[in-house]
Amino acid sequence: MSAPNVPGQPSPANPGDQPDPVRGVPAGAAPDADTMALRRPPAQSGAARPAGANPTDGPAPPPRSPAGDSAAVGRGAPAGGVAPGGRSPWHPAMLFTPARLRQLGALVLVGLLAAVVTGPTGNSDEPLQAAWDSIADPRIVLFLILAVALWVVLVLWAELRGVLTRLTAPVRAPVGAAYGRRGAPIVLNVVLLAIAIIAPQVVSTAAQQSMVTDIGIYALLALGLNVVVGYAGLLDLGYIAFFAIGAYTTAYFTSQSAMPWHAPFTLNPFFVFPIALVLAALAGVILGAPTLRLRGDYLAIVTLGFGEIIHLVANNADGITNGARGAFGVPHLSVHLLGLDYTWGIDPKPYYYLLLAIVVLVMIAFGRLERSRIGRAWAAIREDEVAAEATGVATLRLKLLAFAIGASVSGFAGVMFASKQFFNPQSFSLQASFFVVAVVIFGGMGSRLGVVVGAVVLQGLAFYLRDKVEPADRYIYFGAVIVIMMIFRPQGLVPSRRRRREIELSEAGIGSADSLGSAPAGGRP
Amino acid sequence: MSPGAGDDTGDLVVEARDLQLRFGGVTSLDGVSLRQRRGEILAVIGPNGAGKTSLFNCLTGAYRPQHGSVTFWPSSGRPAELVGRRPHAITRLGVARTFQNIRLFPALSALENVQIGTEVRQRYGAVSAILGLPHARRAERDGVRRAGELLDLVGLGHRTHELAASLPYGEQRRLEIARALGTGPGLLLLDEPAAGTNPAEKRDLAALITRISGTGVSVLLIEHDMTLVMSLATSVTVLNFGRVIAHGTPGEVQRNPAVIEAYLGVADTTGDAAPAGGVDAGTRKELR
Ligand SMILES: Nc1ncnc2c1ncn2[C@@H]1O[C@H](COP(=O)(O)OP(=O)(O)O)[C@@H](O)[C@H]1O
Ligand SMILES: [Mg+2]
Repeated sequence: MSAPNVPGQPSPANPGDQPDPVRGVPAGAAPDADTMALRRPPAQSGAARPAGANPTDGPAPPPRSPAGDSAAVGRGAPAGGVAPGGRSPWHPAMLFTPARLRQLGALVLVGLLAAVVTGPTGNSDEPLQAAWDSIADPRIVLFLILAVALWVVLVLWAELRGVLTRLTAPVRAPVGAAYGRRGAPIVLNVVLLAIAIIAPQVVSTAAQQSMVTDIGIYALLALGLNVVVGYAGLLDLGYIAFFAIGAYTTAYFTSQSAMPWHAPFTLNPFFVFPIALVLAALAGVILGAPTLRLRGDYLAIVTLGFGEIIHLVANNADGITNGARGAFGVPHLSVHLLGLDYTWGIDPKPYYYLLLAIVVLVMIAFGRLERSRIGRAWAAIREDEVAAEATGVATLRLKLLAFAIGASVSGFAGVMFASKQFFNPQSFSLQASFFVVAVVIFGGMGSRLGVVVGAVVLQGLAFYLRDKVEPADRYIYFGAVIVIMMIFRPQGLVPSRRRRREIELSEAGIGSADSLGSAPAGGRP
Repeated sequence: MSPGAGDDTGDLVVEARDLQLRFGGVTSLDGVSLRQRRGEILAVIGPNGAGKTSLFNCLTGAYRPQHGSVTFWPSSGRPAELVGRRPHAITRLGVARTFQNIRLFPALSALENVQIGTEVRQRYGAVSAILGLPHARRAERDGVRRAGELLDLVGLGHRTHELAASLPYGEQRRLEIARALGTGPGLLLLDEPAAGTNPAEKRDLAALITRISGTGVSVLLIEHDMTLVMSLATSVTVLNFGRVIAHGTPGEVQRNPAVIEAYLGVADTTGDAAPAGGVDAGTRKELR
């Protein structure tokens, strides 16, 4: 097929004598402009460069697209290199491209995994016995047949779609021209909102409870983390720490008895919202300012460490936070204002509707933010940090802003969470941080609706599994669901338009892919 | 080093003094000095690996030279030292650039690419954006209008909503210029803007550069195509092995024996590194 882009070598799609340092590296790991960007290892300065790809070659014509076909070209991709939908004549061997074989392999693995998780439960004396039992079981055959059948269906579907594309090619607009309306259609939004409003009326109280503490809170958390991961392309693995800061701030200010450590006065929880917001943002800035200078992977590790520190302090500082027993007796939210007296009590429904309102407001707010110059600057940083700097974008400041905004949402959610009266440090474990990241990736990085739907689906799954599976095994299912998702829909359940375009382009070997998940940049085999 | 210019700095737009840049054992710039007068189109030429892009990277803050200084005179305000500033700060002072290997924001539309540039000096913050305050909306509209004008200027008015990555090569180069102009520069650095374009596009490009220069922007240009350099540049600086080996009008430089020898020598010694029939041979022919 097209010329393969060998990782670590200047690719033909990247003319000029400097290898693009950002491409092929996750955007979150973009090298810092001062130290690494634009670096050209001397060994690559010329010898390794394919002769025909040097745009400065006088005689060799520049790589160009077939006239008028604006879809195929990016950054001087070799002519005929990555024509989407490939025009070459059909051949049976094309059914077995490496990508498809990889897909088959993944499906078989998922089949095996499914066979194991649905098989007999193990015990600690013979940890591997259960795995052997389920693999030896005849059911394994069924799962393998299912995996292969699914693969066949997928391949046939892809082929069919390929044929359709070729037939309708002339009437289809080029990829790039499809640049449409903003956000999901209004009708869809209204329908989803209606469902969200009606839902608590038709489910059990236990489910309502879960809709508040799990789905609602996590939707809010995911919306915040989405700013960090989805917009700015930064990987924050300690995100839940800000949530903890919000929760403990609430306990500190609103109750004399929730924790050994408390304020000399008590505040209505509503007044703690702004305090927690500011404190969390401040913590975000203090943590972010030194670490955002580092490359993406270091940031992930530092935030991971920060998350663990907060968790351990919360868990062990008995004299301050009440340690592992957690804080108990934080007052419910209540308003006493202008004759209005209302308390959010034991009933989860009022909490749910409050959360729903907050989630909707945050979605609207972040939608505006994304469409503003700030959102565009984040997109620029994600796509090419060096170019963004050169265009005058203060990359460090904008990353810090994203970090602080994300942190403050997390802190805000913490207040909400704490005012459900009881919490303990378990809610702030590493697992919780990972879960929020999983929700964001699963739902669709950069998509507000997506991450909310992600929270609904994953927490819904958790709720469903609660009575059916042992708690320790639950994460196996999450893992399986997320793995399958990443194989078949790396852009997430409800991808954002920008993100989808970035992934489309990266699959065609253009652009720096996206920070997490999808296929690395480089030609699709 | 720049004869003629004397000591008078009154009409300079940028001056680099004694820049030294080393990467481990490799010396990319070895005491490079350069002066450009306001409104002038200055071309920097030299064989591959001579240090031209490194010079640009020092001027724009992407690299920090180990030694030397760069002074920039904004169209208003006091002269500023550029070495040690971060790239975005330099851009905001009024030095914009393009890249030798095009670096657009591929999944953003042509308009959005230029908007990033035009919005750089805007001041409204996150809260104003979320609340949709009037001054934020006005700024947003201004940014879009300005970006639209620049797209028209570079001849991409019909591509406004297409993705940058979907544009043909030559148009991507012009989009990058539009984006740089969006930041409102007093000095525009173009790194091989004609690389990989065909003769017709080269002519358009030359016209575009003349037009840009006509709006009062000083242009510093790295270019290999001597015909283009001859037709555009007011003066030429020649680099080789990280040193300035000649400076003068295009005509003077073309007749300079050191320059001719540099090109001949390089073509011989780096014959294996540079692609056969590459730029050096082409330029050598033009130089003769
Ligand atoms: N980041 C870097 N790391 C190591 N060497 C570099 C780097 N950037 C440039 N160089 C070296 O500096 C020299 C000049 O390169 P460059 O400025 O790109 O030349 P030109 O643009 O004139 O072709 C080359 O020898 C190159 O290998
Ligand atoms: Mg160069």
